[in-house]
Amino acid sequence: MKKARILIVDDSSVMRKIVERSLRQAGLDIEAVKEAGNGEEALKLVQEDQFNLILSDINMPAMDGLEFVRRLQALRCTKSTPVVMITTETGEKHVVDALSLGARGYIRKPFTPDQIKERVVPLLEE
Amino acid sequence: MKTSSIENRFKTVGILLGAQATGPAGAEAKKDTMSIMSRQEWIAFLNTATKEVFEIMMGAQLECREAGRSVMSRDFTAMIGLAGTLRGVLSLRCSSNVAYSLARLMLAEDTPASEDSVRDAFGELCNMVAGNFKAKIAGMADGCMLSVPTVITGKDLVIYSLSNGESIQLEFLLEGKPLELTLSLHS
Repeated sequence: MKKARILIVDDSSVMRKIVERSLRQAGLDIEAVKEAGNGEEALKLVQEDQFNLILSDINMPAMDGLEFVRRLQALRCTKSTPVVMITTETGEKHVVDALSLGARGYIRKPFTPDQIKERVVPLLEE
Repeated sequence: MKTSSIENRFKTVGILLGAQATGPAGAEAKKDTMSIMSRQEWIAFLNTATKEVFEIMMGAQLECREAGRSVMSRDFTAMIGLAGTLRGVLSLRCSSNVAYSLARLMLAEDTPASEDSVRDAFGELCNMVAGNFKAKIAGMADGCMLSVPTVITGKDLVIYSLSNGESIQLEFLLEGKPLELTLSLHS
């Protein structure tokens, strides 16, 4: 498995910490974890740094998670970076929208570390 | 009188039972389990949704009991707006001590959380309860949208709704200390 460089995008700093803790509890080999509070901040980060996994919330101020995924797909440097949505929005429409825009997975809040591991490990093993 | 009134309002909303049902098969499942929710069913969904969030996110067991039994300080209030199929506000209220305990449990840290983190954690908890609640009811996951959380701090603030709606209030105990959950509907 690759050494993971992970970007966590969520407007809640507490949730970003919980997601990071869950990733570490999952036993991933993590090289770096960076954080952004919304899609706009995250877009800047992905153009300055390289990540092999992005975990993003959907409901965020400034730029939401779906628009963020859409923008990632338009950038050559991030088109193939796997994105997993972590969100309270679980409606079929949200899931279909996210996956059709290019997201590779969907995790519902509340989540357990095992659920994170289950979705994330296969993506890092590709 | 109040029970009858709120049941009528919930019937007007027209939410059908058959949680987690999606796609063509789900549509059939919805038809099979078609029934209008009663007040008791709404309470059961709110109760389960809240307990699940606290258990999954912080390993805390909540005890639900009749609302209004505790004398509680309401220093922290988190609110999520609901729009679409169901319109209103879901709020979570508790004392400062409970809010700080919740943040510490969520962050799994021994050191006291900052007030920013406490507000953030409390808002996220309310957000997850609202999301988990609507995910349990067929037609609500897509049909009901959630706002970003708002957290208000201040001692015993009174919330007045300008709409003529009804509400369901539940009281939970976390390690013996009360938390109050209210679902207020807009008419």
